[in-house]
Amino acid sequence: MKFVIKQLPLVCLLLLSRVATGQVSVFACEPEWAALAQEIGGKHVSASSATTGMQDVHHIQARPSLIAKLRQADLLVCTGAGLESGWLPVLQRRANNPAVQTGAAGYMEATQYLKLLDRPLQVDRAAGDVHAQGNPHIQLDPRNYPPIAQAMAGRLAEIDPQHAGDYEAGLSDFLQRWAAAIDGWQVQAQPLQGVQVVVHHDSWPYLADWLGLQRVGTLEPKPGVPPTSAHLSKLLQQLQEHAAAAIIRSPYQNAKAADWLSQRTGLPIVVLPSTVGGNAEAQDLFGLFSDILQRLLAITS
Amino acid sequence: MKKLSRKAVSVWLLMLPAVSLADDLAEIRRQIDALQQEYEARIHALEERLSAAEEEAAEARSQAQAAEQAAGTAVAAAQTTIAVEQERPGTFNPAISLILQGSLNSYSQDPDDYGLPGFQLGGEAGLPAEGLTLDETELVMSASVDQLFYARSTFGLHDDGDGTEVETEEAFVDTLALPAGTGLRFGRFYSDIGYLNRVHSHAWDFRDQPLVYRAMLGSQYTDDGVQFSWVAPTDLYLRLGAETFRGARFPGGDATDTLGNVQTVFARFGGDVGSSHSWQAGLSQMWVNDVDRSSSGHAHGDEGEEEGDSFTGDSNLTIADLVWKWAPNGNPTDRNLILQAEYFYRNEDGTDIFTEGGDSALLDYDGRQQGFYAQLVYQFMPRWRIGARYDWLESDNDLAIINAGGLDPDEVLEETVFNSDSHDPSRWSLMADWSPSEFSRLRLQYNHDKSQPVTDHQWTLQYIMSIGAHGAHEF
Repeated sequence: MKFVIKQLPLVCLLLLSRVATGQVSVFACEPEWAALAQEIGGKHVSASSATTGMQDVHHIQARPSLIAKLRQADLLVCTGAGLESGWLPVLQRRANNPAVQTGAAGYMEATQYLKLLDRPLQVDRAAGDVHAQGNPHIQLDPRNYPPIAQAMAGRLAEIDPQHAGDYEAGLSDFLQRWAAAIDGWQVQAQPLQGVQVVVHHDSWPYLADWLGLQRVGTLEPKPGVPPTSAHLSKLLQQLQEHAAAAIIRSPYQNAKAADWLSQRTGLPIVVLPSTVGGNAEAQDLFGLFSDILQRLLAITS
Repeated sequence: MKKLSRKAVSVWLLMLPAVSLADDLAEIRRQIDALQQEYEARIHALEERLSAAEEEAAEARSQAQAAEQAAGTAVAAAQTTIAVEQERPGTFNPAISLILQGSLNSYSQDPDDYGLPGFQLGGEAGLPAEGLTLDETELVMSASVDQLFYARSTFGLHDDGDGTEVETEEAFVDTLALPAGTGLRFGRFYSDIGYLNRVHSHAWDFRDQPLVYRAMLGSQYTDDGVQFSWVAPTDLYLRLGAETFRGARFPGGDATDTLGNVQTVFARFGGDVGSSHSWQAGLSQMWVNDVDRSSSGHAHGDEGEEEGDSFTGDSNLTIADLVWKWAPNGNPTDRNLILQAEYFYRNEDGTDIFTEGGDSALLDYDGRQQGFYAQLVYQFMPRWRIGARYDWLESDNDLAIINAGGLDPDEVLEETVFNSDSHDPSRWSLMADWSPSEFSRLRLQYNHDKSQPVTDHQWTLQYIMSIGAHGAHEF
């Protein structure tokens, strides 16, 4: 008995360690962070995402399969800023995994490394599903990735110091390729400057900020509140007076409102992937932005 | 600038040929006046633009300053972290939410006579008051205590006729740092047995609990205790747990054992089937030792302490539960479906003391009771759901008189609550609810209630509103 008690911490350590797989298991709340972890960590990382590009991350059920996944994770990477507040806390509490509790080295919120746009001056639920800390849909501006990638490489090195050198190399390789890609995209994207668009949910401000798109209306009357006929008629009137170039929505958003408005205004609907896996072309971070640009440029030509 | 323009006007006047006609002079005066007005309007507009520009410049300066400050603190704080959080006051306050519930109830039978023949009721098993009534108001507070503990408490406020009664429904602590998938919870909490037992009333899909919960757990079992749980490191969700409770609350009745009179074990499994389906199944067992509970058959009626049945003995409950959820592509916002069913089996063994008019009879009691409910809730469009539920209960209680104690034995066997009179309670429920947002819900429900041989038609219009912190809901 004495032996068992003496050895207990060792046994626990063994159970905790990644001896079984040898890889750092990354639990990403959204596909973009899983993709980023894979870019940086390569073969040392096995990353999976709790949500897919076809899901609305605001409304995810805290499913048993997600608890099982988080139980085995070494690093949790989420967007933060309240985006996952409806389900992530339940997963954290039910997973019995100290490595990914808030405040631990294995808990990372991407929004902590950026200055968020559209931070409301006043927070009141009468204004809809507002995010007190600012708009959390940061994944749609490629310029947001370098600071997050840097932080992620740091976390990976902290969790798996043995391969710290590889993470650093992976990071600088990614940053280099990313900077080159951004340069290319920015040249491509010049015709998009000042193009006016209507969006379904206010999830595109970072993309608009990067490309110089102008958001002239949202289909939702208030963030998170489904489109109403009264609001859509007002929007229709506005668009008849001042035309826009297109209506943008995500693949998971209800098509009805966008279709209705498109039929009456003749505006094209552009279904943009909001993250990796949002369509067949957006299979990694590079593909995501290339595809977004291609689809947007199609409306200007 | 005004002076200058006036001078210009005078110069222009001097240059005019000196025509002395009165008419012309009047015309010139008018023109001068018009010119002066126009200039003044322009000057005014320019002044306005200037002050607006000045304001903008000031705002830009202050924004730049704020940005500089933010950048400064961020660098000081930790290399790349931007201090979004730091400016928020009250960051360390616990998450607080308040849930308000109320209803309008109509019954075709007297709710005070409600009972389930064959079952001794307790806890919160009664029906809500008839008419307009404020249901439970819940105050929930939670936060991490430190790096090792998380704490949450839930206070339920009810009306008890004369005033407001505060009930501590939950006040527990969870460990955050135990290794190897283990966890401890201690304090007062809802037992993890079954599926619905730990679900707060505001998150129920129907206005009331299934009959099995009402009959065997007093609606919901919450007590003071300790829970140990373990989550397996597998892709199939597996959670095993054991609990020990004080046992002074229904279905227990007396706390005689230092380590508690109620023990439970539970196992829960779950997973996904494709991206649209997910499921969870559970099996739980509860042992209640040395029960000593007195209660009448009715929920509110004849409150006299000395009347009715008092059971002493052991009570063991087994629960099997299954939940299946469908949401197209994992998006429940537009449409989703929840199928849920639980089966309860209870075995009670001991003695019953039946008291009436000061006399008591002693009976040998051996009860086997079972029941189930199955329900389907379908969200057919954003914000709107409909649901149907069926409840059924059965008791098979063996009673034998040991000592009639001066009462008529036949009357005792007839009047004890353990006599179901061969009636199996059942109920059909239909509901429709509308949720304008995640924080509000209005619900209409009808129960075709055959808890007792006479059918009770129960109608409820209910509201549930929550304010404060965004609550995260379990599967």
